[in-house]
Amino acid sequence: MSSVTTNGARAQRGWYKRNEIAITPWLFLAPAMLFFAVYVIIPIGQSFWISFHQWDGLGEATWVGTANYERLLGIGEQNIDRKFSVSFWNNLKWLVLYLLAIPMGLFISLFLNQKVAGIRLYKSLFFFPFVISQVVVGLVFSWFYLPNNGLFDQIVGLVGIDIKGGMLGNPNTATYGIIAAGLWPQTAYCMILYLTGLNAVDPEQVEAARLDGAKGRKMLWYVILPQLKPATFIAFVVTIIGALRSFDLISVMTNGGPFGSTRVLSFYMFEESLSEFGFRMGYGAAIAVVLFFIMLFFIVYFLWSMYQDEKGGH
Amino acid sequence: MHSILKTSLAALVAAGVATTATADGHALSGELRIISDMSNPAPRAVMEKLAADFDAMHDDLTVDLTIVDREAWKTQIRNALGANPPDVVNWYAATRMSPYVDAGLFMDISDLWNEPEMAALASTKGAMTLDGKQWGVPYTYYQWGVYYRKDIFEELGLTEPATWDEEIANCQAIIDSGRKCYTIGSKFLWTAGGWFDYINSRTNGYDFHIQLANGEVEWTDPRVRETFANWRQLIDMGAFIDDHQSYSWQEAMPFMVDGEATAYLMGNFSVAAFRDGGLTDDQLDFYQFPTINPDVAPAEDAPTDTFHIASGAQNVAAAKAFLLYVTSPEVQSEINSGDALGQLPVNAEASVSDDKFIQEGFEMLSNNASGGIMQFFDRDFPAEMASVGMEGLQEFMVFPDNLDDILARLEEARQRIYQ
Amino acid sequence: MFPRPIQQQTQARQIGYQALLPFALILWLLPLIAVFIFSIKPDADFASGNFWGLPSSFEMFNNYGKVFFESNMPRYLFNSLLITVPTVIGAVALSAMAGFALGIYRFKGNLLIFFMFIAGNFVPFQILMVPVRDLTIDLGLYDTITGLVLFHVAFQTGFCTLFMRNFIRALPFPLIEAARVEGISEIRIFWYVVLPLMKPALAALAVLIFTFIWNDYFWAVVLTQGPDAQPVTAGITEFNSQFRAAYHLMSAGSIVAALPPVAMFFLMQKHFIAGLTLGAVK
Repeated sequence: MSSVTTNGARAQRGWYKRNEIAITPWLFLAPAMLFFAVYVIIPIGQSFWISFHQWDGLGEATWVGTANYERLLGIGEQNIDRKFSVSFWNNLKWLVLYLLAIPMGLFISLFLNQKVAGIRLYKSLFFFPFVISQVVVGLVFSWFYLPNNGLFDQIVGLVGIDIKGGMLGNPNTATYGIIAAGLWPQTAYCMILYLTGLNAVDPEQVEAARLDGAKGRKMLWYVILPQLKPATFIAFVVTIIGALRSFDLISVMTNGGPFGSTRVLSFYMFEESLSEFGFRMGYGAAIAVVLFFIMLFFIVYFLWSMYQDEKGGH
Repeated sequence: MHSILKTSLAALVAAGVATTATADGHALSGELRIISDMSNPAPRAVMEKLAADFDAMHDDLTVDLTIVDREAWKTQIRNALGANPPDVVNWYAATRMSPYVDAGLFMDISDLWNEPEMAALASTKGAMTLDGKQWGVPYTYYQWGVYYRKDIFEELGLTEPATWDEEIANCQAIIDSGRKCYTIGSKFLWTAGGWFDYINSRTNGYDFHIQLANGEVEWTDPRVRETFANWRQLIDMGAFIDDHQSYSWQEAMPFMVDGEATAYLMGNFSVAAFRDGGLTDDQLDFYQFPTINPDVAPAEDAPTDTFHIASGAQNVAAAKAFLLYVTSPEVQSEINSGDALGQLPVNAEASVSDDKFIQEGFEMLSNNASGGIMQFFDRDFPAEMASVGMEGLQEFMVFPDNLDDILARLEEARQRIYQ
Repeated sequence: MFPRPIQQQTQARQIGYQALLPFALILWLLPLIAVFIFSIKPDADFASGNFWGLPSSFEMFNNYGKVFFESNMPRYLFNSLLITVPTVIGAVALSAMAGFALGIYRFKGNLLIFFMFIAGNFVPFQILMVPVRDLTIDLGLYDTITGLVLFHVAFQTGFCTLFMRNFIRALPFPLIEAARVEGISEIRIFWYVVLPLMKPALAALAVLIFTFIWNDYFWAVVLTQGPDAQPVTAGITEFNSQFRAAYHLMSAGSIVAALPPVAMFFLMQKHFIAGLTLGAVK
């Protein structure tokens, strides 16, 4: 170091040097925290605040207390908001059925976990659907489901089933049709998680179990699956999040119809706040808050598992 | 991106109509920013030409035109008007304006309506008025009615029905011939609104219909039920194509082009699509929706499309001049002509295209719509009621047995929305 | 290895497996194959009800030509690129720094801040929608690429920080101790010691974020309008209304829109999978 630095500078450097270890992490964290606070943390609080107002998004907001929630959940003299209950039940359908992606992904990964010529290409092609935008997936499946001209309608027509209105036009089948479309990329995702997991399965344990006479389903259940637990955990988390975020597919495939039977909370919220006829920001915010609490349940579960890991680690 | 360059060609065309807009004598300058929703091919060409012509007329003025998708614009307008708004935007007449009027986003242009030129637009003034003030100008309107396959009617020996009984009899004959009476695509809901507008106003009259739109009548009222009972006659006969809830209005078009269905209750904008689909004027004809209750005067759906000035507009002088320009007789004749928009001009001094459908519509609206002019379900009813309502109408068309439930739901919505 | 390697099984089973593979693949990718066939069909095939049969004529150049030269598609594709690339750079840079801070240093609130990033990453979009939209409008960034990029950077930082922090945790800590003993400043340690070791993580995140952002539809709809700033996912729905029920053109457009992330995936497959499967193995 040169000796011409002034006293002031030396004192400054000295102070920084002395506290370097304590200050540096905050310097490094500052930009990310700033961005994250402005665009994620604070807006969550704002949405809570908006949900206690009646606001058309254009003029002034009026404080209405918990009126939006009362209306939504049907507290007091009013009935529960029908659109809300339909959305809520559809969300549950999504949550439950979307989880099918996990066993389906496991099945395909077991099928592909071989070392034969070209298997790498097969694996990547099987993974393909996940890379494509949900908008495209939605378009493709809605053509597939077209009444009369759709391949699906023609195939089920062969076995004598006629879905009135077509898969997406019939309120009893539309949601399942969309979930099936969503399962396609989601299964691919779970598959890749399990393929990676299978790669790391301890071969010695497998051989040991084989010597003990374990094979087939027993081997899978008692030896392989326990080792795949981390993969299953991640698959579970991403599938749940994917199920609760289902918006793109619904928006592209049915726009919530027919007669609102395919709405889910995320779509309903958008519709109330920003769609063609939606001017109810406060009400929309209340729906978002409800959705947030459903999600929070899973977030807490995820964080809790991570916390257990952290305690176990370092 | 979309700013339109001045072209000498445009200047030549514009020369003929260059007088009205600069009536105040000041030269317009700066930039005029327009966002238009005229995104379909023919309207797009009209709008681009309008902007180019207006630009060419004013040396110091640059017209900056952005054309956005018509469907998307319905949700985007509120953002566009919020921060850094353009000067001029497209929208719709009647109650549909009210969210933006209430929020103070449209400019009150009552002064413009006091200009002498605007006298020729008097018939449209009501649709542009809320709270006693005018909030925009119309640029085009069009009739609704029944477009039908004349050749199939002739083949079956049918004539245009004038009464509901004739309508039902015709429909029965069509069904017996193995066809459907009506095609419709209700995926985006509003097409069902057209049916309701007509059956309700023909059953109970224009005044009742508007009272319902204003929330003054209960949805569970027996008169409303009568409307649905009339509608149900057609549904129970199997008059409408199957699976219509899966189609957009364009996707329902081939049923009529292929002759699987014989008629379509639609706006006049559909004529271009019919012709594109291969129907000739010998095959395609138009009739006014038949009378149901002989005691009520016929009301017609004739939606008006509009231009508005944003209250935050930067170049108000140019914006007002543009509105005057668009509504002038010359421009009105030109943009509504058969090879442009193919619709009706809003200026009484403008000439009406000699296209047979436009002529027929003009005739009908001038002489045979004494009940009144409706703007359309989603423009007469407040936004939220329209959205809940049209969903209910679609459900009724598919599951007419759910009527009680639907009406109870609509009534609940009415009580909340209009309070 | 599980299941038992096919090589250890009978000849018949081996052949059966080899034959089953392409069959299963075709079945699995049937929807994609259908779009591709749609995209080379003439319009007339759809009018005549020949949806799923072979094309009656080969219109590939015609259809794709229309997509590229007669629609806004190129503009939308370009927007997508302008949105995606800065987001990738921004999110990866911010999270590398945040991950470094959370992974290397012990300080009060470390775990709390880390969990906040994770939790925020899982939050439903809808609860952010209205405030973020208002913020963007207030900043004058509504309907701009910048507005979209800023939000994406902020939101993706949550996920990336989770990833980076765990990656850095797994690095050999003695290396950093040694550098400290030599008197190297913390910033230089980040730049010269840690960052080079993080290359695989940086690459994995970059491809992953690229795909996520490229495929984003929701925020594109909320924060932008029209061809000036909208990415291709939102643009394709406009395409939809511009050419109604023109299945051949919409298919061609969909394929064009899907190509960049697909190319990214095939070129960077190793990193992509490493990123996605983070945590799937211990």
